[in-house]
Amino acid sequence: MENENNVLEVRNLQVNFKTYAGDVKAIRNVSFDLRKGETLAIVGESGSGKSVTTRTIMGLNARNADIASGSIMYKGEDLLKKSDKDMEAIRGQDIAEIFQDPMTSLDPTMKIGRQIAEPLMVHKGMKKDKAWAQALEMMKLVGITDAENRINDYPHQFSGGMRQRIVIAIALINYPDVLIADEPTTALDVTIQAQILNLMKELQDKISTSIIFITHDLGVVAGMADRVAVMYAGKIVEYGTVDEIFYNPKHPYTWGLLSSMPTLDTGGDELPSIPGTPPDLLDPPTGDAFAARNAYALKIDTQQEPPFFKVSDTHYAATWLLHPDAPKVTPPAQIVARQQQYAEMNQELLAKQRTAGPVEEEEEQQ
Amino acid sequence: MADTVKLPEDSFKPMTADDRASLDSEKIAAPSLTFTQDAWRRLKKNKGAWVSLIILAIIFIMAFGSLFVSPHDPNAVHPSYANLPSKIPGVGINGFNGTLVQAGQRIDAYQQAGASGKAYIMGTDYLGRDLFSRVLYGTRISLIIALVATLFDLTIGVTYGMFSGWKGGRIDTFMQRVIEIILSIPNLVVIVLLILILKPGMTSIIIAIALTSWTNMARLVRAQTLELKEQEFILAAKTLGESPLKIAFKHLLPNLSSVIIINTMFTIPNAIFFEATLSYIGIGISSPQASLGTLLNDGQKNFQFLPYQMWWPALVLCIIMLAFNLLGDGLRDAFDPRTKE
Amino acid sequence: MAKYLAKRIFYLILTLFIVITVTFFLMKLLPGTPLTNQAKLSKSQIALIYQQYGLDKPVWQQYLLYIAGAVKGNFGTSFQFSDQPVSYLISSRIAQSLQIGLQAIILGVLVGVIIGAFGAMRQNSWVDTTSTIVSILGISIPSFVLAVLLQYYLGLKLGWFPIAEWGGFSYTVLPTLALAATPLAESARFVRTEMVDVLSSDYIELAKAKGLSRTGVIYHHALRNSLIPLITIVGPLAVNIMTGSMVVENIFSIPGIGEQFVKSVLTNDYPTIMGLTIVYSFMLCVVLLFTDILYGVVDPRIRLTGKAN
Repeated sequence: MENENNVLEVRNLQVNFKTYAGDVKAIRNVSFDLRKGETLAIVGESGSGKSVTTRTIMGLNARNADIASGSIMYKGEDLLKKSDKDMEAIRGQDIAEIFQDPMTSLDPTMKIGRQIAEPLMVHKGMKKDKAWAQALEMMKLVGITDAENRINDYPHQFSGGMRQRIVIAIALINYPDVLIADEPTTALDVTIQAQILNLMKELQDKISTSIIFITHDLGVVAGMADRVAVMYAGKIVEYGTVDEIFYNPKHPYTWGLLSSMPTLDTGGDELPSIPGTPPDLLDPPTGDAFAARNAYALKIDTQQEPPFFKVSDTHYAATWLLHPDAPKVTPPAQIVARQQQYAEMNQELLAKQRTAGPVEEEEEQQ
Repeated sequence: MADTVKLPEDSFKPMTADDRASLDSEKIAAPSLTFTQDAWRRLKKNKGAWVSLIILAIIFIMAFGSLFVSPHDPNAVHPSYANLPSKIPGVGINGFNGTLVQAGQRIDAYQQAGASGKAYIMGTDYLGRDLFSRVLYGTRISLIIALVATLFDLTIGVTYGMFSGWKGGRIDTFMQRVIEIILSIPNLVVIVLLILILKPGMTSIIIAIALTSWTNMARLVRAQTLELKEQEFILAAKTLGESPLKIAFKHLLPNLSSVIIINTMFTIPNAIFFEATLSYIGIGISSPQASLGTLLNDGQKNFQFLPYQMWWPALVLCIIMLAFNLLGDGLRDAFDPRTKE
Repeated sequence: MAKYLAKRIFYLILTLFIVITVTFFLMKLLPGTPLTNQAKLSKSQIALIYQQYGLDKPVWQQYLLYIAGAVKGNFGTSFQFSDQPVSYLISSRIAQSLQIGLQAIILGVLVGVIIGAFGAMRQNSWVDTTSTIVSILGISIPSFVLAVLLQYYLGLKLGWFPIAEWGGFSYTVLPTLALAATPLAESARFVRTEMVDVLSSDYIELAKAKGLSRTGVIYHHALRNSLIPLITIVGPLAVNIMTGSMVVENIFSIPGIGEQFVKSVLTNDYPTIMGLTIVYSFMLCVVLLFTDILYGVVDPRIRLTGKAN
């Protein structure tokens, strides 16, 4: 482990999928850390490689997936080098996952008590009675009312929100170090979404687990995450703390994402959107994959991939716009407003800390 | 790190309109395929289905070609050449060289029958008829029965299913009940009853098979119609005031085609099977006509002593069944997007 | 559930009633009487025989009498064996057919499930290929061809089993094998498809994410979910066995109802044909009803909706 505080370190991960048309390069050199107790959000459009990343961590990729390179360090060991048997011992015990669609992710013919108790029986070798007792506790913890009577029910007897609570109970029953939540609220009603998110935050404190939160919904990220990584076409293009990404984004793709997120101020104007579609990963373009859709694209974007430029200790972005030679561009008005808001926030903060001197910001790198 | 690389001078110029034009923001590298192309590609990749298609083509050509070119007249009787084993010129393997074991000794049956110059590649039957010609003839009859029955079954089944699914409500419920009642009698029993009433023969076999086997097609088509009719393009056609008949032919039928084609591929071998069973029992095709079933029945009587007389028609029957089943499987995999990798 | 059951039983009775009615009038359309096959008889003898078969009454009366009889299991007297009631013919033969049929379906489905499940678990391996080949062959080789081959090679040449007649378990082996081929193939195919489907479902993914081993996932989650729908093909399999038994019983000279049906057809023994038609559809209806109820019992989703209604 490079850092004491990291639970998980993903380095230079490359995953390809073999298809009849050729190799789909789904993950192209992804690296990130997950710190103890934090929530890391991975944000991106569908097909950007978010889910493949988490599946690779879990060791649950489809058969035609080929992990071309990289390492995933957990407790000093590379998960990618572990045998199937060893991964079985880790899954559901140290690393657990919540899936997207609660309507289909529970076994329709098994009582939910059994489904929740299963990880206990598998990993701790617990007898049925004891495991069920704990399952019942967990059901109460995730807020299933009348848990005593409902433990013998089948999934179809629960609503979507309740089912997702059950899925969460299954994931958390062994108090895992890492919880991967793959769009856990996408399939739910908005009101239920908030309940589930609150529940997850609450439980994170109780169980002290680290969460990788996969989503395409930036609105959800703001309230949930400590840090955010933005993915595009199988790469992380920008990462930083949630404030940095929301108020001082540097990558044009992040600008686009943020601008296309409706806010209360959006008013009656048309919501801006990012033109075009993500590139085909069968044959990723040379240079910056986002260039074709990027209004701020430079010549070099079509020739060379941008490296990560440092914005702050916690904030990096992979765009040539941060190169010292790059022309200064003005981001969309909404982003400028956000950056100003961020500057003010920081100034207040810094003023409070009575730090002397003006705050340097913007276009600082390396 | 970025500084260590020598970058071209104009690197940091904004992209020009020309540069941008060369980048298609909606470029898709995988060749785009229509549904049929995609299905065709997958079918071609399926070796079993592909080989089956070729085998079926050969069998069809031979069976129907024998109308014009046949090694022998399938009904020509040569009592002196009766029960000759199969003899394929140039093949020396016992069983294919015209010899048989008689009283512990392998003898040349052809010589014994005074037919040294002749070669019946599948041998002859108890009346000295050329088995190969009879098998070709029987295959033709079996295929005709199966194809015509399937054609009827297709028409009845598709119409019934489409009508039932499209109308919905009480009519649908009633029509489904009728199917359930038909399905609650074993098919073969119904077929036998119908043949008894219609008098045994090719026509009544065709009618009987057609009248009993459409239910499966009707059910599948109905289920698909129920699904399709809720879809927007049907609603659009309705809103535009197209007549139901036009909607059925222009919009429903093309979308039902994969279900229909796949099911047809399983109906044909079923019909062949029923025909063979009926003829085998003795209420199907009667002599001098022959089908694979009657040939099997004839051959089975002497199986202990002249096994080739059953082996040949059995082999042909099994190959036809196998080929249709494999082709059906291949088509289903090709059309069913769920099995797409 | 009780209401549903009552409804289903009502439909069963209605179906049987329709079957009886249709077969009765179909048979009336047919030429031929019990006398067709007999030598010349005097007028009074004919009248006597007509009376014996109830053929002297108007058709509607015959129909009502037939229905009344059928309810009690009386299907009239056989034309072929004029001294035997059809009901006796059937009852003395049905046990053999049932034994062979049940043995075949149990053997076929059991082996089919194993083959199909292994095929799905090791998709595209040699196991899968073998299971696919076995199932496609089982569907493509008609049971009567298989029966003849089994009879000749296992019975006659190797002498392992008796080749014909009836008399104890060893006599049932070859016909059972011949009949089991199709159910085996069909259930192997069905289970394989179903299991491949289930294995790619989200709840299997979740089971894997829980850390269950391969076998754990298969045993606790995949198997149950892919076997429940298998119940739906038991009806069609029963039909297949009934159809197959007509020929197979003939080949092995087994005194069962299948053999009797073929015999009756060849001798125009209409009362027996009718009786057997009714018995066949009755058995099929019962199988369908039973599998329907069983499905409700095994699948919790249907069980509870049933209760709610």
